[in-house]
Amino acid sequence: MKPTFTEGGKLSAFGSLFDAMETFFYVPNETAKVRGAQIHDAIDSKRSIFFVIIALIPAILFGMWNIGYQHSLAVGCQDATIWCNFLYGLAVILPKIVVSYAVGLGIEIAVAQWKKEEVHEGFFVTGMLIPLIVPVNCPLWIIALATAFSVIFAKEVFGGTGMNIFNPALVTRAFLFFAYPSMMSGDKVWVNANYMDSINGTIDGYSAATPLGQLAAGEAVTAAPMDTIIGTIPGSIGETSFVAIMIGACILIWAGIASWKIILSTFVGGAVMAYFLRYGDAETLNFPWWEQLTVGGFAFGAVFMATDPVTAPRTEAGKWIFGLLIGAMAIIIRVLNPGYPEGMMLAILLMNVFAPLIDYCFVQSNINKRAKRAAIK
Amino acid sequence: MSLFSKENGAIFTGPLNLNNPIAVQVLGICSALAVTSQLKPAIVMGLSVTVITAFSNVIISLIRKTIPNRIRIIVQLVVVAALVTIVSNILKAYVYDVSVQLSVYVGLIITNCILMGRLEAFAMQNGPWESFLDGIGNGLGYAAVLVVVGFVRELLGFGTIFGLTIIPEGAYMEAGGLYINNGMMTMPAMALILVACVIWVHRAVNKEENK
Repeated sequence: MKPTFTEGGKLSAFGSLFDAMETFFYVPNETAKVRGAQIHDAIDSKRSIFFVIIALIPAILFGMWNIGYQHSLAVGCQDATIWCNFLYGLAVILPKIVVSYAVGLGIEIAVAQWKKEEVHEGFFVTGMLIPLIVPVNCPLWIIALATAFSVIFAKEVFGGTGMNIFNPALVTRAFLFFAYPSMMSGDKVWVNANYMDSINGTIDGYSAATPLGQLAAGEAVTAAPMDTIIGTIPGSIGETSFVAIMIGACILIWAGIASWKIILSTFVGGAVMAYFLRYGDAETLNFPWWEQLTVGGFAFGAVFMATDPVTAPRTEAGKWIFGLLIGAMAIIIRVLNPGYPEGMMLAILLMNVFAPLIDYCFVQSNINKRAKRAAIK
Repeated sequence: MSLFSKENGAIFTGPLNLNNPIAVQVLGICSALAVTSQLKPAIVMGLSVTVITAFSNVIISLIRKTIPNRIRIIVQLVVVAALVTIVSNILKAYVYDVSVQLSVYVGLIITNCILMGRLEAFAMQNGPWESFLDGIGNGLGYAAVLVVVGFVRELLGFGTIFGLTIIPEGAYMEAGGLYINNGMMTMPAMALILVACVIWVHRAVNKEENK
């Protein structure tokens, strides 16, 4: 079957697609060479990507239910069942996933075919992350545009999967954030738009502001601290539930995909900074300092974005520095910059820039140390 | 040599395409990013640079044999600064609103790399007429890229061209449609990406010549 798809074969135009499917279903033949010093081994990235998708499942499922739950709250429908809420969310999120995959994979396959390279599978994760980090009301064409922008300008121009400086999913979000700010922040975007048209209309006094949005406006947070841990608050689709994200984190760490050092140090950095840098009186704002870690995209960013092996440092000590700085930076942006209620995205993108520098410093200091040791002998 | 010989034609057309100051030499990027958020200031800026490059080229070319080599940069700067002041005052007098939009970037033409590059590389070695053609060509090559970038940025960032609304009102989300203007286009960061796209297309089209 394979010769049909190789160069000169009848269906060579679909060669990249065939290759992608073949390695997706079967284990490739290459393994790491035994000799020589290697920083990372030749595990096919499809295997690790499979685990990332599994780790995302709790957040996805919870996100679906929460979309429906927030919608039911907005229209004042108290007796909606779990299944009803869940199916409602499924119907909302599915088109976003389809659009994100169709656009991103379409571009990747086209580029691979054009350059006569293999299709890289990195987009399987990116394509799943993108729908999870946008507000539920984000129009589909905007998601498609942002995905295309990020795949072309954040990934393909740098040489495709594994070569990118920035996390493509975060670039997508950054593009949306700067290009369509009215779609990415404010009170209107976090709960599905259809409630406007529904017969009941919204109930009086219903607010769909996120906790961080309320804090940026100087208001007290309405959500109870426990709600922010479980996740029954308005927010981007996958980011609200601390519990679901932590289940994902356990899967990732167990499978050895994500670095626990980055996750832990990001939380430590964020916690230390949140303890010293507060919005104001915790009592009146209803916002204890530790809640910084459970609201907004902090946990999601720390577990699924900061740990991206391509854009994080490779050196073990560098990972600590990287995580600490992300956590601290995210809180600084949140608290000190009134224009940006959420700082996680910008903090990770900023540290992505410095990851190679951090690596360079640690590798160089290691080389110097060994050179000295060798000189003594 | 006649005024419109083949060589002189090449001096003029070279910078428009194969030796474009922005797309090939990647000079003068800073102002290209700053003034292109709308089409009108982009065109005015392009014309200003064209005029200044052409005339400073001519003046330097006329006095090139009398300029002491050690202070030539200072002499060039004085000539350019004088021309920039004239152009800046003309803009203030006749198109005041555009000159406000351009703000410091007209004054900063003094430091435009294209100008200094042409003076050093061309006007110091060639006659006034050739220098004039070279200045016009480089200025227009610069202006062409500015116009392309300004057109895309104004159309997608504001939905207008020359201030006239192009995207129908009904298409906007406020009016029940689906469309929203792209705020990223109004930022200089996007201009850099657009310039990159122009360079990309330019290189793809001129693949053979570059080899």
